[in-house]
Amino acid sequence: MTSNQFWMIWPDNPMASALILFAIAMPFLYAARKLVHELFRSIGQAIGGPMRLGARWLFAAARDMKERNKAVLLAHGREEVGQEIEREFERVGALVTRDLEGYPALQRKLLDEITRVEEDYKKCGEVPPPPPDWVEAVTAISKVKSDTNEMVQRILEEIKRSVHSIHDKALSEYRRAYDSRHKILNGFMPFWRSLDKTLGQVDKKLTGLQDTSGKIDALMDKYEQINKKTDKAEHALAVSAATQFAVSALVLLIAAGGALINFKLIALPMSEMVGAGDYLAGSLRTSEVAALVIIFVEATMGLFLMEALRITHLFPRIANLNEQMRRRVLWIALTLLVTLAGIEAALALMRDMLIADKQALLQSLASAQQAVPADPLLARIPTAGQMLLGFILPFALAFVAVPLESFVYSARTVGGATLVMLVRVTGFVLRVLGNLVRSLCKVLTTLYDVLIVLPLLAERLVLAARSDEGARESRPMKKAA
Amino acid sequence: MLKRLLLASLLALAGSACTDQRSHTQAVYMLVDTSGTYAQEVGKAQVIINYLLGTLQPGDSLAVARVKSRSFSEKDIIAKVTFDNRPSQANAQKRAFKDKIDAFVKTAGGSAYTDITGGLIQGGMFLNETGAGTRTILIFSDMQEELDKATIRDIPIDLKNIRVVALNVVKLKTDNVDPRRYTGRLEAWQKRVEGAGASEWRVINDIERLDSMLGRG
Repeated sequence: MTSNQFWMIWPDNPMASALILFAIAMPFLYAARKLVHELFRSIGQAIGGPMRLGARWLFAAARDMKERNKAVLLAHGREEVGQEIEREFERVGALVTRDLEGYPALQRKLLDEITRVEEDYKKCGEVPPPPPDWVEAVTAISKVKSDTNEMVQRILEEIKRSVHSIHDKALSEYRRAYDSRHKILNGFMPFWRSLDKTLGQVDKKLTGLQDTSGKIDALMDKYEQINKKTDKAEHALAVSAATQFAVSALVLLIAAGGALINFKLIALPMSEMVGAGDYLAGSLRTSEVAALVIIFVEATMGLFLMEALRITHLFPRIANLNEQMRRRVLWIALTLLVTLAGIEAALALMRDMLIADKQALLQSLASAQQAVPADPLLARIPTAGQMLLGFILPFALAFVAVPLESFVYSARTVGGATLVMLVRVTGFVLRVLGNLVRSLCKVLTTLYDVLIVLPLLAERLVLAARSDEGARESRPMKKAA
Repeated sequence: MLKRLLLASLLALAGSACTDQRSHTQAVYMLVDTSGTYAQEVGKAQVIINYLLGTLQPGDSLAVARVKSRSFSEKDIIAKVTFDNRPSQANAQKRAFKDKIDAFVKTAGGSAYTDITGGLIQGGMFLNETGAGTRTILIFSDMQEELDKATIRDIPIDLKNIRVVALNVVKLKTDNVDPRRYTGRLEAWQKRVEGAGASEWRVINDIERLDSMLGRG
């Protein structure tokens, strides 16, 4: 009998042996039924309970975190919108100062032009003096009959001549007067044009002011929404943060590419300064670390510069410095940045020289025919390019501070939202697992009862028989009563 | 703020002070056989030395010694150098080294006997002195050792942590008659070198394979 057949009551027949053993064990299993049920229930509660509790705690934590994220998001949004409103007001102020500062002069000019136009208009309205009263006398004389009297005819002839001459004179005076009025009207034109232009300017400026005030209105609406802590405002801010996160991450990646090029430019010449054979850890050369440190210092100086210029607000301490101190920090950061840029340009030149030297050595070692030297001008172009790149890249890196700030602030929101989601998922998984464990324990309890179905049937029969006997005994007693 | 910056700088300095103590430098000791007819192969040795000069980095060490009747002597070292940490200085040293080797190649003459073991002992001592992380002895020879009666070389040698590479091991006339002599000779050397504690024994007849071997790990 082998060691794994020791349990077999019926040798070489495991099925029969198992059945016999099961039959023997059945009374014991039946006796232990309550205990086993209790055990399964306890196991279910011991495993499932903490899981459900953990899930509940995680959901509560996720709720808290969401609330905190919302508070942070709204606070940040409020600050940003507040700054935007402030800036718009500054713009309005500048607009008012710039455009409406000259408004009194403009108004004076406008009034002068209007007065002049009015005066000219009045002049146009003046008519030549009416014909004298003797016209009526002439009219009366003209009614006199002169057919027969020669004397009267002569007098009338004289009067006619006089009237003709007076008429011609009056007519020429009228013509002269209208001519002068036409001239005045002609002179109106430039004033009208100037008036139109001045009014156009006023209109344009007022429209610009209206647009800006419209923007301020929109921002104020947003600000109010944020203050009311509405879901709409939260959603808008979260979407904006996600966009900012993606954009700033992309810009930072581009900046990392620039930093890599910068690193390549100065890593080799740095070995001339700190030695090429020193290693900090593993295969990390000291010269490479030194080059990296220089790049990081440049980025840091750029960050301080942006802070001192109040473009970014990562360090409140710098933003809160008094004006004099802030200017000092600004100049120090700028000076250091320019110095580092100069060093980089020099290192780029040194890199070119080292490469040329190494190339010459390798050529001499290869004992190949020396290559014809290139045109000195052509050889200088890459050198100049490298030096220029070495000088410009630190300044370009300085602007990394702007996307970095956006990245930091938006990462808080995006990271917070991701964390909440993770916590919720974990809570959900724990709840499902807890329920599964409890259900499994119930299934096991039922399965256990299925295994001991025979004793359970016997128990049911016995109980039924007892209840019948009890009923029979109680019936004669009732009859006797 | 300033205090914090100062603290960060100090921490960075402390971090930089914890430099890697392991040596990443290489040291190569090349033995060039100038005995008998093998002296004609010295031109090939020059190519290998030039290759080494182009491959080795600042901080590495290189020595070239000749193998003649008795080679356990500093006088047999033709040129030796530990390259400066600055690349420009290292290049200047390489040029000077090359000039010395060029001069040696022009004046190299044959010797009656071939004392490879003496050269190995000398090379082992030189490499251990350099303290380099990777130590290599290159033997440019047919590996046929011939000693005069007075020279004693059947002594234990120490080549711990040194890899030994036999280069350009040409076949002798007798090897052509019985190739077992060639393989037997190489096996004997392998046994001897590995018995001396060498980390590796290799035979390379193609110079291009040196590249992968001398590459930094």
